[in-house]
Order: sequence, then structure tokens, then C-alpha cells
Amino acid sequence: MALPVLKAADFASDQDVRWCPGCGDYSILAQMKKVLPELGVPREKTVFISGIGCSSRFPYYMNTYGMHSIHGRAPTFATGLKATRPDLMVWVITGDGDALSIGGNHFIHVLRRNVDLNIVLFNNRIYGLTKGQYSPTTNEGQVTKSTPMGSIDHPLSPLSVALAAEATFVARSLDAHVKHLGMVLKRAAEHKGTSLVEVYQNCNVFNDGAMAYAQEKKQRADNVVELEHGKPLVFGKDNEKGIRLMGNHLQIVERSEVPDDDLLIHDEKDPNPSIQMMLARMRYPTMPEPIGVLRDVEGVATYNDQINDQVKLARETRGEGDLQKLISAGDTWVVK
Amino acid sequence: MTTKDVKSVTGITVRLAGDSGDGMQLLGTQLTNTSALAGNDVATFPDFPAEIRAPRGTRAGVSGFQVQFAKEEIFTPGDTLDALVVMNPAALVTNIGDLRKGGILIANDDGFTDKDFKLAKVDANPLEATVINDSYRLFRVNMTELTRKAVSEHGLSPKVADRCKNFFAMGLVYWLFGRSLDPTLRFIEAKFGKKPEVASANEAALRAGWAYGETTEAFGESYQVEAAELEPGTYRNIMGNQALALGLVAASKLSNKELFYGTYPITPASDILHELTKHKNFGVRTFQAEDEIAAVCATIGAAFGGTMAVTASSGPGIALKAEAMGLGMMLELPMVVVNVQRGGPSTGLPTKTEQSDLLQSMFGRNGESPLPIIAPRSPADCFDMAIEAWRIAVECMVPVMLLSDGYIANGSEPWKLPEMAELPEIVVSHPEGADSDEPFLPYLRDENLSRPWAIPGTEGLMHRVGGLEKQHETGNVSYDPANHQFMVQTRANKVAKIAERIPEQDVVGETSGDLLVVSWGGTYGACLTAVRRCQEAGHRVSHAHIRYLNPLPRNIGDLLKSFDKVLVPELNMGQLRMLLRSEFLVDCIGFNKVQGKPFSVSELIEAIESHLPSAVPA
Repeated sequence: MALPVLKAADFASDQDVRWCPGCGDYSILAQMKKVLPELGVPREKTVFISGIGCSSRFPYYMNTYGMHSIHGRAPTFATGLKATRPDLMVWVITGDGDALSIGGNHFIHVLRRNVDLNIVLFNNRIYGLTKGQYSPTTNEGQVTKSTPMGSIDHPLSPLSVALAAEATFVARSLDAHVKHLGMVLKRAAEHKGTSLVEVYQNCNVFNDGAMAYAQEKKQRADNVVELEHGKPLVFGKDNEKGIRLMGNHLQIVERSEVPDDDLLIHDEKDPNPSIQMMLARMRYPTMPEPIGVLRDVEGVATYNDQINDQVKLARETRGEGDLQKLISAGDTWVVK
Repeated sequence: MTTKDVKSVTGITVRLAGDSGDGMQLLGTQLTNTSALAGNDVATFPDFPAEIRAPRGTRAGVSGFQVQFAKEEIFTPGDTLDALVVMNPAALVTNIGDLRKGGILIANDDGFTDKDFKLAKVDANPLEATVINDSYRLFRVNMTELTRKAVSEHGLSPKVADRCKNFFAMGLVYWLFGRSLDPTLRFIEAKFGKKPEVASANEAALRAGWAYGETTEAFGESYQVEAAELEPGTYRNIMGNQALALGLVAASKLSNKELFYGTYPITPASDILHELTKHKNFGVRTFQAEDEIAAVCATIGAAFGGTMAVTASSGPGIALKAEAMGLGMMLELPMVVVNVQRGGPSTGLPTKTEQSDLLQSMFGRNGESPLPIIAPRSPADCFDMAIEAWRIAVECMVPVMLLSDGYIANGSEPWKLPEMAELPEIVVSHPEGADSDEPFLPYLRDENLSRPWAIPGTEGLMHRVGGLEKQHETGNVSYDPANHQFMVQTRANKVAKIAERIPEQDVVGETSGDLLVVSWGGTYGACLTAVRRCQEAGHRVSHAHIRYLNPLPRNIGDLLKSFDKVLVPELNMGQLRMLLRSEFLVDCIGFNKVQGKPFSVSELIEAIESHLPSAVPA
């Protein structure tokens, strides 16, 4: 019997979506619903787990299993679930405040453990749900409700943090670049191990246009470089610019002046994350920002496989546990 | 067998005290096991500093292990000591107060040098003091020197050789109390078998200690405690944390569920992790998380997936878990949260016992967030109560708090092994999949007010849980005021209804009288012993030990009202007393101690007697 073919609409729950009109979250939700049927995983085998924040209402809108949990901790719930139920496809939905502020610790640890799950981090560089305070990714100097004289915190890059934690899959996309977003989400789902997808997501109420340089089609060509494995890094309206490695630095060059052989070829499979880290550190306005898959390294053991393999091995070598034997272990004596 | 006189006694309380690192805990454990194997009833109280190696020879670094072994049934490690073994002056000055007049004092004379006096902050050798020599039967033994001689042939460095002196002390103690060397010889073989020179040196030291007792003129007689008359059955000696871990494994088997244990190391709960992680062939998965919050959250994730999920910690860790426990209660998922209480607040007294997290368990979450709470009363009881916790959790779809404490966790007692085949099954059911278009109702309730445990992977039952208030039955997010009140009330009722399915409170003694002693947790043994002694003295005193703390047993209100007075001894400032007073409007009297130490039987007897009609007001 052929499996029923699911459509995007089959993944929609019966709940009204309640994000602000114009919110970038709608686009991510739409792309997720579009991508899921392509993965061939049944709805009942799919679980969305979120923390707290606007983005974290996401599970309520999906007709799958879901858990809206507590602030910053979604990766830990997902770890417990995946460790015991490796048969499920688990998604973690989080935001920049949720994942990087209150959840910073768990963010690092889920990545270094390489639990086989997919994290989608909605980054709008602001606290939306609590109405406009600065977040760990807010630009320095930005005036927000809690930084009237400008933020003095140095912003955190989720991609850099992920690479530092030796994450096996690291990617970035844009809510407004729907095709690209769909591609990246699919790639993340197909990766075995923890995948992190940072999505630039516009908060049109509290931080409108914060990433317009990347989001707006007109500006995008000059400010964003789309990474493709095995391809040189080129960008600009007519792909007239490229990036090359000069010593320890990445440098923008005019392709009319430099042969293409000199350009940096993107290698997402390189287990050494050094150059991927250099890419992650390219920041507007001095450099174009990379989107696409920075890193996709396969073959690293996952936490869920290893925890279950140990149980399997213990059973194979010692046999299924016998409770009566277990409690009777050691020195016993009989009272008659 | 000894050739000297053997005096028969009903019980002995002995404490071994030395520097942390002197092996006193090992010595105590061996003496306990050996005594248990001899058929004695035993109860132990290990007491050690929070520092791994506090400065050597100082009072802060003293590590002690107390054990009572007896031919009668006992419930405490004993009040005053019949014998005290000390390895240095610091151990002497910090412990001598507990040795009864005329008791045996064995001192390692080699540990009493000028340097040791300075470290212990004593002016002169306390072993020379008249008061010590007059009050106790003092035996000064050159343990270090004698140990060195005994192990000289084994080619050990002086440092390693000196480390064997706890086995010398052990041998001497074994001779004095007629203990067999065999179990400890077996232990040495198992523990040090891979280092034959260390194994043979320890054996030589053990035998030398025994021979010293037998041959030296100083000891005129040894003591014999006959086997206790315990209920027939097979027994082993067990520590509380170990029993708790085995109880969790048993509960997982009884419910046909694999066990997920998410935790973060903390004293005195860590031994549960150490024990569980050995049993992977039972389907046990242990997760050492990055912090307490991750530990409890992963546990909730596992519970959502349909696994038997457990987390454990001590008070400070439970404080960190509070928000997630509120979520677990809101999600209505079954799990067990173990709190092995220690001295608080904050970091408090990490290695000392206290029972001051009862109100934290009751109220330590935001909003109306009731959870069932149960508490084991002794080390072996941890096994039964761990099973009970999971049974309630499954029946009620709720996290259950299991309140142990440091005294129970590290203490040990003989445990009559249960027949696993006779333990009742824990029935777990998950709704089956449906491919109909009927919407699944994840918050539809059964007769226990529990919702169904529908797990991911089940077709047609897709649903979302979360910390936002849920609409009755559908589980959709709801801000409806009446629905919120209804759901708050329903969750409270669900926990309250457990009272219908737990045993009524039992009483030791008459069900009415002058005074009822009400206790919970690890003070069981001391309270029971004190009450029995008072009953033997003819007082109309009874004892109710509560193992189900929330909800309380259904008959407890009537019981409290049947006595003229109610005394609630607790190792806190009156937490159960506060609950009983507010619930039943009974003017319970507190007897409260927060010294990081368990109750002694004598202080409880004094407290009980001071509230009896015959007592003369002070």
C-alpha cells in the first residue's frame, strides 16, 4: 500500500495563527509546512518543541506532536525525547533571546552532544514577546526600550557559537528568501546530528528592517553571499565580486581584477571549522554575510545513537537484566 | 576463635573517627556488612566533611562512621557510644562527648604527635588527661608502627604502607566484637585483586590488628552480639540511595517501561546516578546533564515520549528545577522527582542531613501547582517508596516528589529481599492510534481525573502540550477565565483524590491517648524507638509516621483530634507542623532541630515526657 501523499495543508493545525500581521514567522511556518511532506516522515513521527517567545508558539500551529516548553530549555526537552525515542524526527523552534540568552548553556551542549535533531533559530535581534528590549544579537549602540542610550553589549553570533561548539551542521537563511529557506530547512532535516539553522526574521513591530540589507532584494546581492559547496564565493548584482583568502583574512576582490582560481571555494564538508568560522565572522557592512550551509559534516556519532548503543551492548554482553538477581547481589544471609 | 573471655551483650554502638582519607567510611561499611552477615540488626550513620580532603589532622577534616549492631530489632544507629576508635587528636576531641562513661576508647597513639596537637588545636596530649583516663577504658595502640611492621614484607612505600592502618584498626575492632574476618578478606580480594601487593598488605594489616587484640595483655575480654531475631527471609545490607535506585529499576520492570534518569551531580543524591548507570542491561538510560534545569527538562521530554522518566537532586538543585516541575505538572505527564534533602538553605550543609524541603516541595513553584509528595522512612523503605512514586505518577499523570534525606541516603540497614514475582504490576496504558477524523482530546479525564498518555508516533493522536493554560478536553490554548479556574481546581482535585487510593495512616500504640508523636522521613527510627520506650514506661503515647505527605492519609485529621496533644519532631523549623495545623486546626507542638544531625532517642524521650500530664512544668 502506498503511503498517503501529504500536502502542506495537512501539517496545519486547526488553531488560528496569532503573530503580528507582516511578521516574518509566517514565512518560516509556510516553508516548514511545505518542506515536511517532502521528507516522507509521517506527521505522528514529527515533534516540534519550542521555548518561549513569539517564535515558540510555532508548535501550536503544526498538526504534529508538539511541546511549548519553558524559556530557553527547548533543546533539553528535545534531548530527553530523542534519547529515548530515536524513531522520531524532532525539531526545536527557538529565537535569539530564547536560545542565546537564557538558553545559552543548553544551546552549546545540545550542539556538542550532536543529538540528532534540528534547531531553527529565528533571529530578529530584538525581544518581541516582551515588547522591544534588546537581545543578545542586537547591534551595539542600538536604541531599544531597555537601552535608551544605546546598547553596550557586544552582540553574539549564533553561527560562531555553534561552530565553536563543534556543531556538525550550521546554516543560515532568510525569512524573505523563501526558496532558499526551504532548501536549507530540508538540508537540515536530512543531516544526521544536530543541525542549526539561523533564520534572519524580521520583527516589523519592534525592529523593522534590522536586516533589510540582507532581506531586501535590491540590497541583498551586494550584502549577502550565497554559499554552495564546491563553488567559489561570488556575490554582487552581476556576481562581479568574489572573496579570497589572503593570509588569515578574507578579502573582497573584483573578479575583473583577480582570476577565479584565486577565489575561496566553499567546503561545507571540511571537518576543520577554521574557514567556516571565518565565514561566520563576515559581518555587514564591512563584508557580505553568508547564507546557506556553512558546515555539514557527516559521520560524527550522535548522542541518541550512542546512549542506545550502550544499552544494546550491555544487553548483548550481560543479558537482559534479572531483577531478582540484581537485588540479591553481594553478601546476603538467610534468617530461618 | 579468641582464647580470652567473651562477654555477651545485646548491642554495641561504635564510632570510627579519623581524618578524611584515613578510610573510616570503608572501615565502617565493612564492619556494618560483617555484622549484618553475622545476623545482627544494624543501623549506620556516616558523617563526613563537605571538603574532599579538608586540611589533614584538623577538626574540620574529621570523618566518622557510626554503627549500631544488635540482637534486637533496632531503628537507629544509637545515641551514645559504647566504643570509639580515633586515629588522631582532632577525631578524639570532636567525638569524645558522645562516648558513654566507662566506654572503650581506642586511640592510634602514633597519630598523637606534637604536630597533630597543633593541627587539632589542643595544648597537650589529650590521652594523658586525667579526665580521659578516669572516664573511659583507654587503649593506646601504636597502629601506624604496628601496621608498618605487619606489611614490611610486601614491598610497599612507607606512604602506601601507612594507608593500610585502617585495616589494622578494623582487625582490632573485629577481634573486640567477635566479627569474622572472612567477608572483609573477600572484599580485599575483590577490590585490590589487581594489585596483589596491596591486597596482601591489607590482609596482613587486618590479621595483625586481630592478632594484636588476641595477644596483647591490654585487652582482657571481647564482646559478642548474637544474631537478631528478624523475620525469616533472605537479607542483605543496603544503603538508602542504593535501595532507591534499585526501586526505580524495579518500578521500570513492573511497568514494562525503560527508565530514563536525567540528573546533575549533587551531594547526597549522586549515588543514585552511580548505581543506576551500572544497570544499562535493564534498559536504564542515564543522562548527566549540563545543569539541573537540563536534567529535569530532559526528563520531561522523555516522559512525553512515553518512557519512565526520573530526575533526582538535593534541595538547591530542586530549587533550579522548580519552573520545569511546574511545567511537568501543567503538561500532566508522569515522572518521579527525587529530592535527597540536605542541610539548607542555599548550599547549606551539603553532607549533613535535614528535612527542610517539605514546604519547598509543597509550594516551591509559581501559581497553583500541587504535586503528590511521598517520603521513605528508612534506607530499605526507599525501594518500596520509589515503586510507589512511579505508581502514583502513572495513575495520576503527574510528577511525584519523593523526599529522601541525607541520613537515609547514606545510612544502611538489613533489607529483607522481596520476591519480585510477587510485587504488583504497574499498569501503564497509552491510547491507541486512530485514523478517523474525530479530533483527539488530550485533556479528556478518567475517573482519577487523569488525562490520556498519548505518545508521539501514535497515528491520529497528534496534539500539542505546553505551559500556557489549556482548554478542558481539547488542550487548546485558552485564556478563558472560567476555564482557568476549572483547570486549576481539576488539577488540585486530581492530587487530592489520591487520598482515596493510599493506605490509611497506621499508628504504633493506641489510637487515642495523651500524646501522639507525628513524624515523617528519616526521623522514623528515632521517633519509633523513643515512643516505644515511653510506652514501656507506661505512658499513653502513640506514634504515627507519615509516608504520604501530599495528599495526607484520609484518616489523619480524626487521628490528630483523638489525642490530647500532638508532638511533631522534625529536623526543620516546623514544616509538617505548619501543614497539619493549617489543614486540621489542631494545635500541634513542634520539636525542632537543625544542627545537621539526626535526633537522638534520648532527646526525643525528653521532649515527649515534657509534654505528658505527669511532667512538672519547667
